[in-house]
Parts: sequence; C-alpha cells; structure tokens
Amino acid sequence: MAQAVATLEHTQTQGAHGAGHEAGHGHSDHPPTSTGIDHRKLLMWAFLASDCMFFGALIATYLIYRGRAETLVEAGQGVGPLPFEVLDIPYTSISAFVLLMSSLTMVLALAAVQKGNQRGLRVWLIATVLLGTIFLGGQWFEFKSFYQEEGLGLTTNMFGSTFYTLTGFHGTHVLIGVIMLMSLVWVSLRGGVKKDQAINVEVIGLYWHFVDIVWIIIFTLVYLIPYREVHVEGGEAIHEGMIRFTRLLGIG
Amino acid sequence: MATIAQPGTLIAPVAKPGTTGLWSWITTVDHKRIGIMYGVTAFFFLLVGGLEALLIRAQLAQPNGEVLSAARYNEMFTMHGTTMIFLAVMPMSSAFFNYVVPLQIGARDVAFPRLNAFSYWVFLFGGIVINLSWLVNEAPNQGWYGYAPLTSASWNPGRNVDFWMLGLQILGIASMAASFNFIVTIFNMRAPGVTMMRLPIFTWATLITSILIVLAFPSITVALLLLMFDRYMGTSFYAFAAGGDPLLWQHLFWVFGHPEVYILILPAFGIVSEIIPVFSRKPLFGYVVMVYAIAAIAFLGFGVWVHHMFTTGLGPTANAIFSGSTMLIAIPTGVKIFNWIGTMFRGSLKFTTPMLFAVGLVSQFTIGGLSGVMHASPPIDGQHNDSYFVIAHFHYVLFGGSIFGLLAGIYFWFPKITGKILDEKIGKWHFWLTFIAFNATFFPMHFLGLAGMPRRQYTYSEASGFATWSSVVSAGAFLLGISFLVFIYNILKSLRSGEKATDNPWDAPTLEWSISSPPPVYNFATVPTISHRDPLWWEKYGGHEPHREEETVEVKIAGIKIGQAEARDENPKDQAVHASEHNDPANIHLPNPSYYPLITALGLFVAAVGLLIGEPVLNIGLLHLPALVPVGGAILALGAYGWAFEPAG
Repeated sequence: MAQAVATLEHTQTQGAHGAGHEAGHGHSDHPPTSTGIDHRKLLMWAFLASDCMFFGALIATYLIYRGRAETLVEAGQGVGPLPFEVLDIPYTSISAFVLLMSSLTMVLALAAVQKGNQRGLRVWLIATVLLGTIFLGGQWFEFKSFYQEEGLGLTTNMFGSTFYTLTGFHGTHVLIGVIMLMSLVWVSLRGGVKKDQAINVEVIGLYWHFVDIVWIIIFTLVYLIPYREVHVEGGEAIHEGMIRFTRLLGIG
Repeated sequence: MATIAQPGTLIAPVAKPGTTGLWSWITTVDHKRIGIMYGVTAFFFLLVGGLEALLIRAQLAQPNGEVLSAARYNEMFTMHGTTMIFLAVMPMSSAFFNYVVPLQIGARDVAFPRLNAFSYWVFLFGGIVINLSWLVNEAPNQGWYGYAPLTSASWNPGRNVDFWMLGLQILGIASMAASFNFIVTIFNMRAPGVTMMRLPIFTWATLITSILIVLAFPSITVALLLLMFDRYMGTSFYAFAAGGDPLLWQHLFWVFGHPEVYILILPAFGIVSEIIPVFSRKPLFGYVVMVYAIAAIAFLGFGVWVHHMFTTGLGPTANAIFSGSTMLIAIPTGVKIFNWIGTMFRGSLKFTTPMLFAVGLVSQFTIGGLSGVMHASPPIDGQHNDSYFVIAHFHYVLFGGSIFGLLAGIYFWFPKITGKILDEKIGKWHFWLTFIAFNATFFPMHFLGLAGMPRRQYTYSEASGFATWSSVVSAGAFLLGISFLVFIYNILKSLRSGEKATDNPWDAPTLEWSISSPPPVYNFATVPTISHRDPLWWEKYGGHEPHREEETVEVKIAGIKIGQAEARDENPKDQAVHASEHNDPANIHLPNPSYYPLITALGLFVAAVGLLIGEPVLNIGLLHLPALVPVGGAILALGAYGWAFEPAG
C-alpha cells in the first residue's frame, strides 16, 4: 500500500525535482512545478514587482520636482523651457495609442503560438516590433525637437532632468522589449517556436504589457495633468494659471 | 517500507567528467559549490572589513591618535560599513541561501542554476570594483550612506564616490538576480508534501528576505542612477542651487536602507530558528506565528524609513507617524524573541557551539533592539543622532545579531558542507572570546555616545574625557580580531583532522540532514516526500518531541511511541519522509556547466572599469562614452545571447 500511495504522489508531483527548467529546455507541455506556474513566468512576475518599485522611485522623483523649474523661473533664477511650453499632447497621444495597440498584437501573437500557428505568430510579433519601434521613433523625434528647437537639455533645468530621466528609462524598457521580441522573431524564422515554448512568448508578453501600463501612468502624470504657466515679461513673472483662476472667481 | 534515501548506501556517487579543478569551479552551476564560493568570498571580505575596523580603533585608541590621517579615516569608516554590509553579511547570508535552501525543500538545484552562477560572479566583480579604489588611492570617503552633497562632483571631485557608486550598482544587480532565483525556487521547487507551512523557518526567512531585496533595491538603484547623472552628466538632482534637494537622496536611500536592515538580520533569525529547536530537543515554539512575525517585520520595514531622518526637519506630523510605525516593529520582533525563549523553555538544552552563538544572538540582539526602541522616539533620537550611542545600537543588532547568527550557522552546517565537525572545544573558546570581546567593544560605546562623543570624527582631544572608554573599546576590538584568528584556526584544524560528521550529527529535523555529509552533487538520489513539518523527527520519533528519549521517565514513553510508529508502518500517512521515486543517480538529469554567466558578469565589470578609467573617449553624437563602456556592453550582450541559446542541459 505504501508503494501505491507513493506512486500516486509521484505522478501528481513528479516535476518538483527537475532542476533547471530554463529557456530552451521545454521537454513537456507544462514543466511541472509546486505551484503549477512555470519558473520563467514566476521569475517575470517577481521582476515586474521589482520594476514597479523602480518606476515608483523614478515617478516619485518626477512628482517631487514637479514645478521646481517654474518656481526658479518666477524667482528670476532659472531658465525655461517649461513643461507647458514644450509638451505636445496630441503628438504624444498618437504614440501612446500606438504603444497600446502593440499590446493587442502581442496578445494575438501569443494566441497564435498557443494554437501552433507559426505564420500568425510571426506576423503579430513583427507587428508588435513595428509598433514598438514607431513608439521609440516618436520618442526620438520628441527628444530631438525638445533639444534642438526648444533648447531643453538634460541639464537645462529640473524639468529637463526629471523628464528625460523618467521617459528615457521607460524608452529603454521598450527598447529592451523590442530586442527580446526581435529575438523571438529570429527563433521563429530559424525553426519555429514550438507549442511547448509558447511560455517564452507569454513571458516576454507579460513584460511588454507591463511596459505599456507604465506608459499609461507616465503619460497621465507627465503630459495630461496641466502645469502652471509662467510668463516672464520685463523681469516679472505672471501666473497664467492664477490669472485664469481669479477671473473665474470674478475677483481678478 | 520506504525510507529516506541513503545515496551513499544505494549506489556510489558517479564521478562525472570535469568535476574537479579550477575550470569546474568557474563553470559550475551547482548551488552547493556556488554557496561555498559565496561563503569563502564573503569571509574574506569580512576579514577585510574587520581590518578596516581595527585601523579605525587603532586611530581612536588614544586622544590625538596619528595612525590615520583625517582623509584616510573617512575612507576607512566608509569602506568598513560598505564592506561589512554589502560584501560580508549579505553574501554570507546568500551562501546559506544557496547551500541550504534547495536541500531543505528537497530540490536538486535552484530554479535557474546559471542565473545563480551569474549572481555570484556579479557580486565578486562588484566587490572588486569597490576595492580597486585602494589601489589608486581614491577609496570612497563619503560614508556608506553617501549623503548628498558629500557625493557631489563639486565637493568630492575625485573618483572616490565613483568607485562606490558603480560598485554598489553592480552589487545590486547581483542581489536582485539571486533573490528572483530564490523566490522562484522556494515557490516552485518544493518536493512533494513540502507545503508552504511545512517549510523550515530558514527557508521562510530566505523567501521573505528575497522579497525584501527585490522590492527595496530598486530604490537605491534609482538613487544611484540619479547620482551617476549628477556626477557624469551634470544634472542637479541632489544639488540645491538648481532646484534639486539633497533630502531626495536620503529618502530614496532609506526607503532601501531600512528594509536593508531586515535583509541583514532576517537570515540570521532564520538560522537561529533552526538551531534552537535542535539543541532544545523540541520543535520550534509557535511556528506559524514565527512565519507571520517575519512577514510582519518585512512589511512594516517599508514604512519606517523616516526614523533615519528625524533630525532633518520633516516636521512633527511625519516624525510622529514614523515614530509610531517604528515602535510597531518591536511587536513582531518581540514575538520572535519570546518564541525562541518558549522553544528553550523546559527543553533539554545542549550548549554546543552553534547553540551558544544562537543564544548569543537572542540576548545580544535584544540589547540592540531595546536601544532601537529608544531611537524610535524623535526627541531621544535627536539626542543620540550622530553619536556613538547609535554605533553601539547598530553593532548590537548587526554583530550581536547578524554575525552571531551567521557564525552559529557556520558551526551548525559546517558538518553538512565539509563532512567534518568543527572542534567543539575550540569552538567554545571562540564563542566566549567573541562574546566578551564583543561586549567590551560595543557596550562602552553607549557611555561614549551619551557623553556626547560624535561619530565619524577621526580624533578627539584629551580634554574631551572620551579617552578611557575609547581605549577599552579599542582593546575589545583587538580581542575581537583575535577571536576571528581562533575561528580560522578551528576551521583549518577541523578541515584537516576534524571528527568525521555523520549524515545527521546533531539529530536535526530538516531534509538537508537526510543525505550524506557532504551531499552528493545531485542532492537527493530519491526525491523525498514529506507529510509533516520537521520530517526527520516525525519519522524517527513518530511525531513526538525528540527530547523524551533523553530523560529517564520519557525514554519509556518514547519506547512505546516508537513501537507504535513502527506498528503503523503499513500506513504511509505516518511516514514523514518516504520515497516518491527511485532513481539511479547516474540517470539524474543535472544542468550542464556554463561559462556564459561569468562572461555576462565580466561585461558589467569591464563597463564599470571603463567608466572609472574614463579614457579614451568615444564621441557618438551627443554621447561622450569611455571606450571600454561599449566594449563591456558588447561582452554583456554576447554573454547574454550565448546564455539564452545555450542548451540548459
């Protein structure tokens, strides 16, 4: 009887002793683990938790320094350009939309590989890479126009420092995602991503969706929430926002 | 009847080609070897950090000391703190995570063996980067906390801060990679029957420490990235003039720094939670509460960082809130202390060396904990801030806590790792010498602090009245140094001619003691299945407390119980450990050795050295990159791609 029970438990849990289920080592459909979740997927979730804290710290830095450049300009000690002068919401809305759509194509790529549809996988992966690249191109031209036309460098003022750091690290994340997706395309062209390797697509997909979600937060905090408008005329700062507010109340 | 696997008796371990020699260590992905490499490297850095401390104490042994210049003194205390925290205590804990955790959960390796090797190499290179600074005479000099503006390019124009900043960044990568690995390993690689609530407490401590690391380190990563921008690219994140705020550094640093305190102590708590039950001959008192207490400490640990900043003027509201949250931590910590006492209470205590160090932790950590509760009160903290009282406090928790715990762990698991028992007689000399020297070193610091002696100052005058206790402290420190010589002697002597260890020399209850000492490369010839916590005791004593066999009255009871346990043999539910699979060790699938982790880690090292050397500079558009940085990046990319497409075996 001991034998019988042991055999039963063996079949239920035999996976727990397989060492090293790493990428490229898919021998079975579902590498059995104690939790039933693939090692790579659990690793990615842990990494994303950590990355939340990473972006959390960067976003906190951005928010703490929000308005500092304006304050210095008002005091006559700082220089522009200031956020309200350079940020182009319609332009960035389009690239945000492109990035969000890339999450859709990512899901379609995963669905394809799970059905064993190599062609579908390739098409949707390449579509995701293209959309990601368009987003990166949009960021490149945005940075370029800020730097060359508006004169906003990394060290120009606190807005430049925090803006380029936060959006730049997000862009780096997108770039790494694009590189991983291109690797997947390469693997798929060389011999195809097997059905049991779909987990690789899924894990990279998790990363990709996370990067998208972070962009929604950054887009909202950096672009959509209005900034204080400061116009300096003849050395005296005029608060556009304050003027509008007082007019609204009928006291200006 | 199926029992625990005895691989040594089943089939002789198979000698695989390439299992000896330097190359086999360089390419190893075996968690046991990586654990040993972590342990040896960490011990080396512990001695380096100790020497730095002794130089500090030599300088302060008498008024107007002339051993170190003021500038050298700054370097010494900075490197002492940095080395002890990042290069000694954390990797020593990591050594135990690596060696012990897979064995405790019945696994044959960690979830990502190559990532594990990568963590080690990155840690080693990070340690080298920081210590290279001595060679060019530009050692970090801003304190281990690196407060702005001490780190700014204008106030600290040398490369001192750069070595520290880049080294720490690299060490962060090592810690995070290792922690991701252990989180996945502990959740996913448990043998049949090893449920979360049957995990040994040390494995729980490892899991929660790993979670703390992956959530706390990003904050210092960002802090250091911003510092890199400030120093290399001229931004002003921490410079007041351009609208920045030096306090931002303190916030980001302590959001990491306080969880870091628990990252340093929780593994030691886990170790003593394994040792005290073994030498009290009783299961751990309040296992479940213990698990929740560790989790509660970790959770609260994220909400108390401002108590490091009470004197920065954040105002009464912030101070009151963080004072309250800090005091709350005393509750789960107190629970742990009472649980250890409860475990020992009416136990059949055996004061072996590991037990002495474990009990040493309980007593000495409590002293540090009590002064910690004092600091939770902002008015008291204002008095203690930047005085020797604070140094006394954190050495009671770091040395009296972490180091005592780690030493206990070395004595406890040394037989499993090496197959030899550390000499008990020398061990007891070692313990008492350490214990006395430790208290001689750090207790008088309370008096010095209350008398107003400021920390981080390289000298003091005769008129200050600090001379007497300072010389006592220095004498204690050198005695502490001698205690480590005794320890090294014990290790060398026991390795050569120590008593051979049996599989389970302490009669301990967890799975690592079910296999040979040292374990075979595949750990478990037969993957164990457990049905209870403390599986080896359950199997041996039929679910009854093991100490009963040692007392006359209870031997009789135990006799009956053991008889019953045997009578119930047909029922496998009563078997705490039994075989779930019979395997020929020759057929056990083990991951292949790999040198890609080393290459990938080397890329980071080359890039960091490139930033430190600075020349020749490549100009790519707006970027002015030292040439070695893209070279390092290329090595890293090459290693990562080789790794990703290498068959894992």
